Amino acid sequence: MTVLTPLDTRLAAPPTTTGRRRRGWRNGLTIVAFLAPSAIPLAAFVLYPMIQAAWISLHRWNLISAMQWVGFGNYTKLVADPKTRAAFGHTLFYVVGEIPLVFVGGLALALALNARLKGRSLLRGVYFLPVVTSWIVVALVWRWLLNPAVGVVNHVLALVGIQGPGWWTDPRWAMPSIILASAWKDLGFVMVILLAGLQSIPEDVKEAALIDGAGPWRRLLSITLPLLSPQIFFVVVISLINGFQVFDQVYAMTGGGPAGASQVVVQQVYDLTFRYSQAGSAAALSWLLFVVILVITLLQTWGQRRWVHDA
Amino acid sequence: MRSRTGVGRWVLWAVLVLGALVMLFPFVWTLVTSISTGAGLDATPSLVPQHPSFGAYLELFRRTSFGRVVLNSAIIAVGTVALQILTSALAAYVFSRLPFRGRGVVFGVYLATMMVPMQVLLVPLFVEMKSLGLIDSYLGVILPGMASAFGVFLLRQAMSTVPRELDEAARLDGAGHLRIFGQVVMPLVTPAVATLGVFSFMNSWNAFLWPLVILRSPQLKTLPLALAALQGQYTTRWDVVMAGSVVTILPMLAVYVFAQKYVIQSVAGSGLK
Repeated sequence: MTVLTPLDTRLAAPPTTTGRRRRGWRNGLTIVAFLAPSAIPLAAFVLYPMIQAAWISLHRWNLISAMQWVGFGNYTKLVADPKTRAAFGHTLFYVVGEIPLVFVGGLALALALNARLKGRSLLRGVYFLPVVTSWIVVALVWRWLLNPAVGVVNHVLALVGIQGPGWWTDPRWAMPSIILASAWKDLGFVMVILLAGLQSIPEDVKEAALIDGAGPWRRLLSITLPLLSPQIFFVVVISLINGFQVFDQVYAMTGGGPAGASQVVVQQVYDLTFRYSQAGSAAALSWLLFVVILVITLLQTWGQRRWVHDA
Repeated sequence: MRSRTGVGRWVLWAVLVLGALVMLFPFVWTLVTSISTGAGLDATPSLVPQHPSFGAYLELFRRTSFGRVVLNSAIIAVGTVALQILTSALAAYVFSRLPFRGRGVVFGVYLATMMVPMQVLLVPLFVEMKSLGLIDSYLGVILPGMASAFGVFLLRQAMSTVPRELDEAARLDGAGHLRIFGQVVMPLVTPAVATLGVFSFMNSWNAFLWPLVILRSPQLKTLPLALAALQGQYTTRWDVVMAGSVVTILPMLAVYVFAQKYVIQSVAGSGLK
């Protein structure tokens, strides 16, 4: 995907000819004036707080009184804290549960909706619709669908003689409920990215495989999937980055409960900051999560040469 | 395509239609619940409400300040979209047209800011906003999102395709950079601007974590915040909660229906939530 392509090297421009110095001056002023409106906010609201977070993470601080230097104390405490492990465990459960579900479903949909079918664009539109919906709406609608007592899902299950589970009210079913709702929302995203990839596979390659007598499975495994690998790579990288930062839907669906059964890392960061006033620990935890995400992303980028076409 | 002819193709189509109905059902159920007064009190509402009413919507706008909430969301979204387009376009003009030493590095730093997750910024940005006195204000939500590295990237890609000959022609006519930017380049990259506009609107409209941190008073809350709060207030009145959901979905739905191409481009291009 284009966004992941790092720096474009076509940055050199034709040399100016006449009035070089005066134009240079005016160019310089223009450059500063044009860049400042974006550079200042990015520096002030992204880069500076990013570094500030690292600094805060080395202190004990309740957001009000003076900061107290504790070195890596927050980090060692967090690593030893069973709550941190539980939060990472739930987050990992979400990632491992949601991503394969959405990926397989999205791939199947993309393959199916790439064929010439009646009403194809309408079908694509319907499958994509949840993507534009707010996570809070998704969470609340599913909280209602999965209401253990009067929800429609358990109602339908009862009609066929199945006693539905307690869903988000049951510690064992809280994470699966969140995964189900999230998968519904993310499916269309994977589908759209993979469809774009499928459409860029040249017709003559497919025809050549047909002429060579390759069956549908063979064509899928030897031609379609390898040529789709850049989009698959993109989807996996983005899904993992977003998955580890799961928060909105958890907050609105279970609030981390019941009994902490769905407490995820970002929810823990939020609680540490605004419920327990432990800003130092919160900053340390957010950096821990960031490092985990960064390492996973870098590992994938490093590993992509092995399997991504044209990487 | 032996396997997909005739029956196979028909079965595939039937499965896809069935799947689409399943995907659509939560939306239908939301709408049905919102017009079934008292839904959720004791029984599952029926798919076709026997006495449909807009009672839940009336309750929503009379008893809670939901009208104000819609306005808050609109103000913040419009402000964010306008600022992001302006700041991104100006920077994109430089990155596509005005070379300077170290430009590649500066552009790299811009792109790097896309990797920084919101949750890392949570504590320090909150402190920063507090010292600027912007807690519980529109500006506190809008300012941190006024520049977008993704926007700069997107518009730079579009602007690099605008032929330089057009700049030269305008320059010979005596136009400066501001005029070339506004009257030559910008009109030619409107599709990319539309994509960025949709992307930025969607993100702002659906944003949750940062507004949750910064907005405290009920009169300033945005739709997702008010919706999450509504749930605590009307624990068993699902008709009211679903009415709030419908109000939140509708504007996004309208954008999607009328600008489907740009919505899909913005989502496909960014991969952000």
